[in-house]
Formats: sequence, C-alpha cells, structure tokens
Amino acid sequence: MGLLEVDRLSVGIGRLTLLEEIAFEVDRGEILGLVGESGSGKSLTALAIAGLLPLIGARVTAGAIRFDNTDLTRLDESRLRKFRGRRIAFITQNPMTALDPLQPIGEQVDVVARLHLGLTADVARSRTIEILTQLRIPEAATIYRQYPHQLSGGMKQRVVIAMALAGEPDLIVADEPTTALDVTVQAQIIHLLTSLVRERGLALVLITHDMGVVAQCCDRVAVLYAGRLAEQQGVNALFATPAHPYTHALIDCIPKDGMARDSLTGIAGSVPSVAHFPPGCRFHPRCIGRQSVCETNVPGATALPGGVVSCHFPLNGDQRHG
Amino acid sequence: MTAYVVRRLLMLVPVFLAVSVVIFLIIHLIPGDPVDNLIKIGSGPEQRAAIVARYGLDRSLPEQYLIWLAGLVRGDLGTAIVAQRPVSTLIAQALPHSLALGGLSLLVSAGVGIVLGAVAMRYRDGPIDQAIMGGVLLGSTLPTFWLGLLMILLFSVVLGWFPVSGARTWSSLVLPVLTIGLAGTALVVRVTRIAMIEAAQKDFVLLLHAKGLPPSRIRLRHVLRHALTPVVTILALRIGWILGGAVTVEVVFARPGLGTLLIKALNQHDYPVVQACLLMLAMAVMLGTLVGDILQAAIDPRVRANLK
Ligand SMILES: Nc1ncnc2c1ncn2[C@@H]1O[C@H](COP(=O)(O)OP(=O)(O)OP(=O)(O)O)[C@@H](O)[C@H]1O
Ligand code: SF4
Ligand SMILES: [Mg+2]
Repeated sequence: MGLLEVDRLSVGIGRLTLLEEIAFEVDRGEILGLVGESGSGKSLTALAIAGLLPLIGARVTAGAIRFDNTDLTRLDESRLRKFRGRRIAFITQNPMTALDPLQPIGEQVDVVARLHLGLTADVARSRTIEILTQLRIPEAATIYRQYPHQLSGGMKQRVVIAMALAGEPDLIVADEPTTALDVTVQAQIIHLLTSLVRERGLALVLITHDMGVVAQCCDRVAVLYAGRLAEQQGVNALFATPAHPYTHALIDCIPKDGMARDSLTGIAGSVPSVAHFPPGCRFHPRCIGRQSVCETNVPGATALPGGVVSCHFPLNGDQRHG
Repeated sequence: MTAYVVRRLLMLVPVFLAVSVVIFLIIHLIPGDPVDNLIKIGSGPEQRAAIVARYGLDRSLPEQYLIWLAGLVRGDLGTAIVAQRPVSTLIAQALPHSLALGGLSLLVSAGVGIVLGAVAMRYRDGPIDQAIMGGVLLGSTLPTFWLGLLMILLFSVVLGWFPVSGARTWSSLVLPVLTIGLAGTALVVRVTRIAMIEAAQKDFVLLLHAKGLPPSRIRLRHVLRHALTPVVTILALRIGWILGGAVTVEVVFARPGLGTLLIKALNQHDYPVVQACLLMLAMAVMLGTLVGDILQAAIDPRVRANLK
C-alpha cells in the first residue's frame, strides 16, 4: 500500500459535485503525475490532499484520503494542521504571489521548522540558510534577509520549495510548479524536484498539463477529465498503450521537435464547466470513438494490468498504433 | 529612510508657501473690515487712519504678505487686533488642547476601528459581523455635533459621569474624544474589514495555511498587516477631517482650542488670528499626510524600495 492513497474521493461546493470518485496512489520515492486540461479538477484534488478545501468553501463529500494509514478526511482542523507543512507540503502554481510580500524570505521559511519541529530561532535560521544553499540559491545568507520583490520568479519558486522542505515532509504536492516560469528555469525546477524525490525518498504529486514533463520524470500518471478520473497507469504503459481516448488525444498533442509548445490545444472543444457536465461519459462530445451508450451511461472503472480506465470502449495497443 | 524623511520635509516647504499665499488671499479678499470692530462709534477718520497704519493695512497686498511671511519665519504671528496680545501666545494656549483632542480621537478611531474591523472580518456574515456593521452604519450617518449633544445629554446631564464642558480635568476629554472618534471609527471599521477580506483571498495566504500556521496567527500577523496599508492611508487623509470635527466639537463642548479660537476670531474679523489658525490646521494636514506616508513605508518593503 502506498504512502498516499486517494480512494474514490468526491468533492463538492454547495450542491455541486466538482470531483467524483478520484482514485490514485503514490509511494515514497515515487512521482505521480496528475494531468488534464484546465478545469479538469487538478487543483481541487491538490487542495483536498492538503486539507485546504474549506478555504475555498468546498468539502470532501465521499471517499477517503489515506496518508500513512490515517484518513485525513476524518481529522479535525487542528489535527490536520500537524500534517500540513510538516508531513505534507504544498507548492503552488505562481511563485510571484506565493510569498508574503511584507515579510523577509528567511522568516517565511524559518516558521515551518519553528512551528513543527520546535527549533529555536537561531537553529531554524542556520537550517534555513542550509536548505537555501542546498537548493543552489547563491548567497543564501543575503537572500535570507531579502524581501520577495527583490527575487526573480525562479528564485522565489526555490524559496517556496525550501518552505516545503523545511518541515521534512514525506509528501510534496506541487500544483503546476513551473507554469509561471521561463522555459529554462522550468527545466531546472523540475530537475530539482525530481532529484529531491530520488535522493530523499519523498513522494511527489506533480500537477502539470505538460505531457512532456510527465514523460520525462513521472513514475505513474493519473489523468483527470471534468472532475473524474479517466485513466491511471504506469508512465511507460500509459505512453505506449493509453487505454482512454482522452489520454490518447493528450499524448497526440505533445509537440514533436520543432513544433510550438502550445501542448494541449490540439483537442477540439474544451472541458465543460461543472454546470454543463454532459450525461453519460463526460468526454463523449469530444470523443471520436463514442457510441450511443456513451451518451447515457457513466463508464465504470475497468482494471488494466497496471492501472485502471473509465471508458466503455478502452483502446488497446493495436488501436493506439492503428 | 532618514534621507527620505528629510527629503519629504523639504518638499513641504513649497507646499507650505503655496498654502500660506492661499490663506492670506482668502483672508484679505473676503468682505468685512476688521477696523470697523476696533474704532469706537463716532470716532473720526484720523483715528481710523492711525489704526490702519498700525496694522500695516495701508500697504499693498504683496507687501503685507511678505511682512507676514517674514514674521512667520521668526515665529512672530503678529498681534491679535481684538485681544491685543501676540497671536503666537493665543495659539500656544490653544494648540495643546486641540492636539490632545485630535490625537486621542485619532487613536480611538484607529484602535477601536481596527479591532472591530478585524472582529467583523473574523465572524464575517455572522450575527457579530452584522451587529458591528449595523453600528457602523448608524455611526457614519450621525452628524458629529448631534452625536456630541446626545452624549452630553446622556452621560453628563442624565448620568452625571463626565463634565458637560470645559477642559479642566482629563475626564472632560472623554465625551469630545468619543464624539469625534466614533464618527472616524465607522470608516476605519469598514476599511479594515474589507481590506482584510480582500487580503485573505491572496495566494500567499493559501500557502500560509498550507504551512500549517494557526488561522488566528495568519489573520493577525499577515492578513491584518496587509490591511493596515489602506487603513493608514484613510487615517492620514482623515486627519484634516478630524481637525475639522475638532473645531465643531470644541464649540459644542465649550472647550478651549484652535477651533474655539478660530470661530471667535472669525466673528470678530480678527484676521491675524484667523490666518494663524488656518495655517496651523493646514500644517497639521500636511504633517499628517507625511506621517501616513512614513508609516506606509515602515509597513511595506516595496514602498521603501520605491523611495530610493
Ligand atoms: N471555488 C470554486 N467555486 C466553484 N467552482 C470551482 C471553484 N474552484 C474550482 N471550481 C471549478 O472546479 C473545476 C476544477 O477546477 P480546478 O481549479 O481544480 O481545475 P484545474 O485542473 O486545476 O485547472 P487549471 O489547469 O486551470 O489549474 C473547474 O471547473 C472550476 O470552475
Ligand atoms: S466512454 Fe465512450 S465517449 Fe467516453 S471516452 Fe470511452 S469511448 Fe469515448
Ligand atoms: Mg489548477
């Protein structure tokens, strides 16, 4: 059993159900890629794992999030806080706005270790500088005293990662950690995260809509579409034999050498919003393989050799190449 | 930072000059001749001419202005026509009363306003929030002088807790301070509440929660701190308003102070005193804005960065 087990998780706001029966696992030393177009529910899943849904007025309506055998959905806020920042760290999409502009960088990192590990101010300070140095931030002692507006986007994201590492977490949830950065910096940050996972045996849930990044560094992939899990497989199997037509389409959109990097614009139409989810399979209006049953019946989960797919007519290897 | 303060103080010099010109012109162009108040009924034109010459009223306006300005620089504000005493003495007697009243009112507005605003934000949309915001609505619609009279009636006449008027004891400050302070409080509550609600939706707040910080700490040390920027701006802008309020309230409570002095001088057409009072009020507004800007820089490192 994995370190993190998301088990048929449903999330709602008011009477709307935004996520329905999402399921996947990650273990130590493993990177799970969470992919899907904009609006498919990736950030909501991340917020659910970090226990931050109440902040946006949402809540878990069904299912479980088991972390190291504890069901996080059953913990009250104060006990959940002992996990947040300590064992489960969160990295948000936009480093430009992720730091408090009024507080020096160092204090923002320090507070995690002081709060969760009980370090004194001095010890926390030298530890912060040590982490910043490990993350290849030049002149960490100077940066420590600076304010966020004095740092570049890439540096800020490193600081956010330092905040994540300060609590010595077992799991990091990174919500599109590179989307707001320059392409060259993107590669550095991804490399940094990957090496942290491999060297320290962390588990990483990496949210992205860059299938290239997924192919490069993930071990497992969960594909979300319109609030539901489309498919989950090991990365090699997923790219070799995608079972869900949506996954297939996503892979087809990966820019080949020399093509522009506007990766996910290739599928006609867009993800429906919560109010306009179609009946049956939510992907059917955009699916080339759809049949009449797809328009009325929700596809159940079908087991694959190393994963699961939700489709009435999963693709097999032949179709992938045919 | 020090260099910034010095530079800002220097920048006040031209503003001060412009303000002094405006005040001077207003005084000298409004109808009403102070000399009429001075001469006894039936005195001849020679006596009138003597008085006019004594106060320099026979010279040209620019000359009169320069003489006044030269006096100002030396700290000499002229002689009050009616009271026949140095204006600086009158101001020196009135100013401490007004500063105490204005300063305390500002503190009350800021303190009570920020606390109530933060509480309303904490219990947003609940009964506590609604009660506070209801009070705020009431407080911001009542005119200051009416509120003052109402409080005199309740606390002094009916309950006998505080003196009705005067400035002999500290307790005589309570009602005037509350009268001015409460009206300002309403605004501060509203601004604090809305600024905190806005700040709480920022991205970095989500990350603070993700770090496992207790919500109360996030609200007090981060969200409130961000909300203080607009609150400080409002309070700095409000200083002129509070001084204006102080003028009415001083009259309502029959307290000595700049306001009482000003109103009396206006009635007597005692223009050197009116000029000096207006100048003091204008300077208070200018210095208030400056203090607001300095506080702003103390709160926000980005503002400090822009100063360089
Ligand atoms: N606070 C909210 N209230 C109502 N609907 C919401 C709220 N937050 C998210 N949603 C809806 O939930 C769906 C999933 O949102 P989510 O932010 O998880 O998408 P995402 O996959 O992270 O997209 P992106 O790639 O743009 O970040 C969207 O349709 C969105 O409109
Ligand atoms: S269930 Fe039908 S519509 Fe949905 S993805 Fe499969 S084939 Fe396409
Ligand atoms: Mg998102």
